[in-house]
Amino acid sequence: MTAGIDVSLGQVAAALALVAIAIAVSFWQRAGLEEEIGIAVVRSFIQLTAIGFVITFIFDQDELVLVVALIAIMVGFGALTARHRARTVPGALVPLVIALAVAATGTLGLVVALGVFDPEPRFLVPVGGMVVGNSMTASAVALNRLGDEVHASARELEATLALGATSTQAAAPIVRRSLRSGMIALIDSTKTTGLIFFPGTMVGMLLAGAEPEDAVRLQLILLYTLLGSVALAGLISVALAYRNFFTPAHQLREPPEP
Amino acid sequence: MGYLSRHSALDRPDNAVVLFELDDVTMVRDRREVLADLRARLPEGASCVAGPSGCGKSSLLRLLNRLADPDAGVVRYRGHDVREHDVLELRREVCLVPQLPALLDGTVADNVRYAGRLWDRDPDVARLLDLAGLDVSYAERPASRLSVGEQQRAMLARALALDPDVLLLDEPTSALDEQARGAVEATLTDLRERVDVSIVLVTHDLEQARRMSDWVLRLDRGQAVQQGPAHALLPA
Repeated sequence: MTAGIDVSLGQVAAALALVAIAIAVSFWQRAGLEEEIGIAVVRSFIQLTAIGFVITFIFDQDELVLVVALIAIMVGFGALTARHRARTVPGALVPLVIALAVAATGTLGLVVALGVFDPEPRFLVPVGGMVVGNSMTASAVALNRLGDEVHASARELEATLALGATSTQAAAPIVRRSLRSGMIALIDSTKTTGLIFFPGTMVGMLLAGAEPEDAVRLQLILLYTLLGSVALAGLISVALAYRNFFTPAHQLREPPEP
Repeated sequence: MGYLSRHSALDRPDNAVVLFELDDVTMVRDRREVLADLRARLPEGASCVAGPSGCGKSSLLRLLNRLADPDAGVVRYRGHDVREHDVLELRREVCLVPQLPALLDGTVADNVRYAGRLWDRDPDVARLLDLAGLDVSYAERPASRLSVGEQQRAMLARALALDPDVLLLDEPTSALDEQARGAVEATLTDLRERVDVSIVLVTHDLEQARRMSDWVLRLDRGQAVQQGPAHALLPA
């Protein structure tokens, strides 16, 4: 589908000029982001270079078990990162691990079963990475919203429990809103794709010399795959995590302030 | 223990049936003991739990339908540990109306019907609004646009949709002016004449406790300082 392309380290170094602009803007406006930008640049270089070697190794070995291991590591790191953003949700790690794992295996399994991609590391690794990354972001946003909503609506939740509602019934509106906020960013970007921005895969393929028609089709496949995986991850993470705010006797663990 | 010993009044056979018993109940919140070895009884009829702010009144109320559990001790409802009851059925039977209004989005009727739907009931909204002292024209009004007093009445109508045996009312008039307070008290008195329901009302106002109840439990710093018939404890 794609033609080969060579990118030298010199070209990467030249792109650092743009980073210099970012640092200059931060310095000029006293935004205090210079150090953060520096860390981001160094980390991205090290992490992407490392993953480049890992992917090369996995492609060379052509073993599915290595793909599974790599995606498992991504799920672990993704869950830890998302938990950091969902600090107000008690015990968020387990729901996040389950959500990301199911989203990754479910969507990859489905696209392979439907014949969209061949079960080869060359397809599964990059698609798996995108699925886990987007699912992580959606789950983190959804759980962050869940935590905020439960704390802000504690009085309404308890008033509903006082009517004999189960914790599931009482939390249903909050679960709905949290899931919605986790998914809405991807839905919006899917709606505006091609009009306001060109998605990364398509840009990458065009830069690599692929035909626009191929780039567009692959991008569409990825967007639809991501919608499915983000919905799965958001639903599972919220549906498992909201329970941690309640006791088995349908009581709020942190009751509203008197 | 105060005016009456712990058992004297309620142990008499001609006395009202004991609804709630709290035996050596301790409850800790934010590392503070809000209830400390509390021993108390609340009979059928109209009871008040009275005391100053922060004495543990609202915490006690939440134990009665298991919105919270004590850290030590036992709470009994009709002679059985509340933990032996089905918790959801207990909350239908012993329904708590919180101090501050907390209605769901939608109209007043939506809120009343929501409560009914939880228990597969189709409530008579007009009758319930009438019992709560609201005109039927309030049914289709958005709950969020009502005054605090009107929202509290809507909360009462919603609780009545469960057909409860006991209503737990947490300071129902604390956010109201004198006129509105009098109207709510009249509604509650009228309600008790029309519906067979016991009331446990939490208040910091001893005058209100005297007006509204047959039995008074006075709390201070998480302990019962007095309990007995209202006419004896709080003479006019």
